[in-house]
Amino acid sequence: MRPQFNIFKDIDKPVIFLYLLMISIGWLNIFAVEYTEAHKHIFDLSTSYGKQMVWIITALLLGAAVLMLDVRFFTSFSWIIYMVFLVVLVGVLFFGVEINATKAWFRIGGFAFQPSEVAKYATALALASWFSSIRTKTPDMMFRIKAIAIIALPAALVLLQKDVGTTLVFGSLILVLYREGVIGGLVLFFGALAITLFVLTLLLNEFIIIGALGLLTMIIAFILRKKVQAVLQLFGLFLIISLYVYAVDHIYENLFEPHHKARIEVLIHGGIDLQGAGYNLNQSKIAIGSGGLWGKGFLNGTQTKFNFVPEQTTDFIFCTIGEEWGFVGTTVTIGLFLALLFRLMLLAERQKSVFSRVFGYSIISIIFFHFLINIGMTIGLVPVIGIPLPLISYGGSSLWGMTLMLFTFLKLDAKRLDML
Amino acid sequence: MHIKVKTTQFDNRRKVIAGIILVSALLLLGRLFILQIADPSYKMSAQSNYLRHITDYPTRGLIYDRNGELLVYNEAHYDLMVIPGQVWEIDTLEFCNLLGIDIDTFESRLLQARRHSRFRASVFERQISKTTFAAFQEKLFRFQGFYVQPRTLRKYSYPIATHTFGYVGEAGPNIISNDPYYRPGDFIGISGLESAYEEILRGQKGIRIRMVDVLNRDIGPFQDGRYDTLAIAGQNLYTTLDHILQTYGEQLMKNKRGSIVAIEPSTGEILALVSSPSFDPGLLVGRQRTRNYRSLQNDPLKPLFNRALQAQYPPGSVFKIVNTLIALQDGIVTPSTSFSCSGIYHTRGISIRCRSHPSPVNAITGIQYSCNTYSSIIFQNTINQSGFNSIQEAFTHWRRHVMSFGIGRPFESDLSHELSGLVVSSDYYDRIYGPSGWRSQTILSLGIGQGELGVTPLQLANMTAAIANRGYYHTPHIVRAIGSPDNQNSDVQGFNHIDIDKEHFETMVKAMHLVVEEGTGNFSRIPGIAMGGKTGTVQNPHGENHSVFVAFAPVDNPQIAISVVVENAGYGSVWAAPIASLMIEKYLTGEVKRSWFEQRVLEASFLTPNP
Repeated sequence: MRPQFNIFKDIDKPVIFLYLLMISIGWLNIFAVEYTEAHKHIFDLSTSYGKQMVWIITALLLGAAVLMLDVRFFTSFSWIIYMVFLVVLVGVLFFGVEINATKAWFRIGGFAFQPSEVAKYATALALASWFSSIRTKTPDMMFRIKAIAIIALPAALVLLQKDVGTTLVFGSLILVLYREGVIGGLVLFFGALAITLFVLTLLLNEFIIIGALGLLTMIIAFILRKKVQAVLQLFGLFLIISLYVYAVDHIYENLFEPHHKARIEVLIHGGIDLQGAGYNLNQSKIAIGSGGLWGKGFLNGTQTKFNFVPEQTTDFIFCTIGEEWGFVGTTVTIGLFLALLFRLMLLAERQKSVFSRVFGYSIISIIFFHFLINIGMTIGLVPVIGIPLPLISYGGSSLWGMTLMLFTFLKLDAKRLDML
Repeated sequence: MHIKVKTTQFDNRRKVIAGIILVSALLLLGRLFILQIADPSYKMSAQSNYLRHITDYPTRGLIYDRNGELLVYNEAHYDLMVIPGQVWEIDTLEFCNLLGIDIDTFESRLLQARRHSRFRASVFERQISKTTFAAFQEKLFRFQGFYVQPRTLRKYSYPIATHTFGYVGEAGPNIISNDPYYRPGDFIGISGLESAYEEILRGQKGIRIRMVDVLNRDIGPFQDGRYDTLAIAGQNLYTTLDHILQTYGEQLMKNKRGSIVAIEPSTGEILALVSSPSFDPGLLVGRQRTRNYRSLQNDPLKPLFNRALQAQYPPGSVFKIVNTLIALQDGIVTPSTSFSCSGIYHTRGISIRCRSHPSPVNAITGIQYSCNTYSSIIFQNTINQSGFNSIQEAFTHWRRHVMSFGIGRPFESDLSHELSGLVVSSDYYDRIYGPSGWRSQTILSLGIGQGELGVTPLQLANMTAAIANRGYYHTPHIVRAIGSPDNQNSDVQGFNHIDIDKEHFETMVKAMHLVVEEGTGNFSRIPGIAMGGKTGTVQNPHGENHSVFVAFAPVDNPQIAISVVVENAGYGSVWAAPIASLMIEKYLTGEVKRSWFEQRVLEASFLTPNP
């Protein structure tokens, strides 16, 4: 190892700037939630903002440590890290504690740690390592299956913890598979189609949908009547989709947990059960909606201050931003995420090594998914899935995981010319 | 290790990914625009979320009698309320100990409340004691979902004057939609004084705006209470009633149907207003009100009916005073003009019987013996007198005189649900007999106070007060001061002059004095008190005659004028007159010495249900 005299040499400054800006915004909003007139010290460890300050400082130290490591550490130890976290994920099933009905936590003193947050990082490393090992131009079927397995294995373990949100985050790595050609655009298309039909079936009678699809099939078949092959494929497709639509009800009724069903129904039908399953969403929308254009001002939120929104510092931190900083604040926040994601894409695309690019796209997928789902759920666009807003929500595991991913990628990027 | 895999064929996929990210961000922004800018409803929701408008109910004004005796007041009650949906991790054991109930009772009550509604308040325990309330108040914050609702209920020092006080009840949907002051659950005076003086008694509600958090915990006043309004307490009423006289009157009227109205002639202040049968005003308070009201409503004796203001009777012989006054004023007769009475009066196919009495009779003895012949002659002569172009004109002239005594229209002072009485106009007879189809003998029964005449007991008493005053009356009223005893209730103090000379009144006062001393009311003479009176025995289609008596005393300096009606009790001299005389004795001397006389009245009962 060469000695590192300046660990910030060649490190991408815009990402560092965005990172620092976003964790600061996060801390200010956590502070706003718990702030009371009886002002306490910002390091008061009985408050969320006090603890988050500790998490931020440790995360910064962690980031610096990552930058001090040699890049070969990540490429060489990626599998070992992955294996270790698989074991930890199994271990948490037996030795972990349950928080919010999710058995995904280790408790150390006053702090709780969630291994699955860092397991995402390990999975990204393993995935990058796997892709960098490919030696042929077109990956064969076995290669594809193994790539999917690398994602599916930790995802399955997280699902056993009953943490659907994080499981779905692993699913977001499909974007990486798409980018690397493991899966085609059709998969994305049919995936989107499947979700759309799923929601439509819950909204409307399945026979109406099948009827409408049938009518559409007939029209297209009429247009394509000269091409027998295409028409046959079309009818085959129609049959499969019809079966799927028909099965949705069954899938929904039998495979979904009651509280998941409740969340989906709340989203689709809106305004129902405001004291029960719909409560979070309704209060969250009220908080954000009441912010207006300019917001109520820092520390002036009534919804968040008086605890109307549950889990305000963690999953629903965006409510505080919406209420106190208004549409201006939410737009700026979304703008910051867009800036971060596009900057990371730019960095990923300029990588010479497959490892770095795949790793880059992994963290892009993960951050993007968190960003979309977290904000989406606070404003009623997606069902309530408990995943945090990266760098902003309260939580050490999440912040550590994100810091690890971002700084590892920054380190890879800084050394992109040295690699391979 | 220097193999670099080119994946150029997939490089354009970054544009797809960038597109997905961009479209997603735009979706989020669009939704946020709708929530935060386009749709204002969320701002309202946020306010109603954390602001609680707490209404402070002012205490209702008290009601006093003319001597400062407290008659109607308030008693605070505390109901322990529960909102089952908010009940949250409470120490059930401590709660039950405070309330003195066991866990099973707790559970079953909570279950019952939950069945009613999870999110609306139900009464958990009604009217908890003040000590329990104090203990609860301290610990209430630990019992999520429970709160104490203060309520005030009307209390009555004496079970009297029910019809006069009226009652207070919850404002109904009609009231709420017509008057923005009232909200569901608010109380409003529904009848009697409670209704007539509602705005004075109720005061003004205050609103406090408090901030609460998600668990409904009070965080503090909104904007330091800048938008709060203070409750203004209701004002007291100082009535003209004499509670001793009122109580005595109700005792005397027990087991009788009818009424007593006593007025102070010099002021028009009502001293007693008795309607019988009556009931305890406490029956129309609180939880049992609706049930009690229904049973009172179904009572065949109609206790809810305020006879003193709403019963209209033909006045009978007491009306002879008015007719004689009009005849004297019009010069039809002089006090000494005499007519002989043979015990029956004939005129053009109509005959009216009279009792046997010395004959002939003049203005004074006509009243003293209540001579029907005398009254019929002077009435006919009044209607037939020269100087009018038609019988209609002459009748209208007579009617105007009658109405100047306060008969035939409501006083509109401060008595609610008062009826106007009835003195028909000439149009009425024109319609029935045709404009030239009626003569003085057609309406002869008016001369002896029967026929198309309706007078309320209040109007009878007022008429008597006017005679006692020798020609004027003050509008009868029941509230003399508002707020403080010195703050005169000027709204109801009207002065009314009667266009008949004082000397004629003196003649009638003399006659009425003779009625008591030597005439039909002789039985009810009060030793040592000069009383004027007039008996009436009113024929009616509902069985036995009504017994009527009007009186005032002392003759030279009248302090009380009174009317008594006892339905279906027979001669006025037998029941109404003794009751009036007892009332006057009680009021003027403070005690009743004729105990056998009193006993006779107290024991009498005329409560045969109306056919």
